[in-house]
Amino acid sequence: MDAYNIMFVILAVMIALSSFATVLAKSVLRAAAYLFFALLGVAGMYFLLGYTFLGSVQVMVYCGGIVVLYVFAILLTRGAKDKLSENTRTKIFASALLSLTGLGAFIYAIVKAKFLNSMFMTPGALTAPTEGSMISINNVGQHMLSTGENGYLLPFEAVSVLLLACIVAALVIARKR
Amino acid sequence: MIQLNYILILSAVMMFAGIFGFLTRRSTLAILLSIELMLNATDLNFAVFNRMLWQDGHEGYFFALFSIAITAAESAIAIAIMINVYRQLKDISVGKLEKMKF
Repeated sequence: MDAYNIMFVILAVMIALSSFATVLAKSVLRAAAYLFFALLGVAGMYFLLGYTFLGSVQVMVYCGGIVVLYVFAILLTRGAKDKLSENTRTKIFASALLSLTGLGAFIYAIVKAKFLNSMFMTPGALTAPTEGSMISINNVGQHMLSTGENGYLLPFEAVSVLLLACIVAALVIARKR
Repeated sequence: MIQLNYILILSAVMMFAGIFGFLTRRSTLAILLSIELMLNATDLNFAVFNRMLWQDGHEGYFFALFSIAITAAESAIAIAIMINVYRQLKDISVGKLEKMKF
């Protein structure tokens, strides 16, 4: 077990526990706080994969933006009083059963499927990121703004229009009448 | 050696924790938190498939990147709607949300 694997185990435990805490916490505000840690764990996983830019985006957009937005919304709407116990026991039991069955089926499918690496035709496994597997910010910019074969200019512009529409729509919907 | 399966199982756990929250929560904001969990699980899957199965490519990477941007837009709109609903009805639990028009 080198430091890489130990870090993976720490992140995996953190993500799993925070996810459970997010859906089981009594108060919505606490759920948002636990979600923050789950998102940080996913960002750490991106860093572990060598996708540092994606990890930074995750930290900035999710942990810095969305969670703060949720906390504000929860405090503004006094939604912090939500309780799991308002549900009947049967409903919680049925939901848990459904989720566990789905999880079991998923894990069975994942274990049965043979995911092979395209290059080496070996089962996919994570090794420490090398120079070739990293996607630098330079590459990201090149791909984002190119119209060629590997270009993402159209989705990039579409997302920018979407974000503009989203800002305007959020203002229109939430404005005082 | 970290196998691909380990991360896929981890994201499946995250996904189904989100589904459980989606089914049991009453407050719409808590449901949105569960949706965030599910979206993160899918993003993680995209990045992991890209990194472990197709190192030369970058499709999964960019899909995760765009997915994050779209999720941000989605939650901003959803929160605006919830705040508006709260102004009208003084309650945002799903049981009370019977009329969405105003």
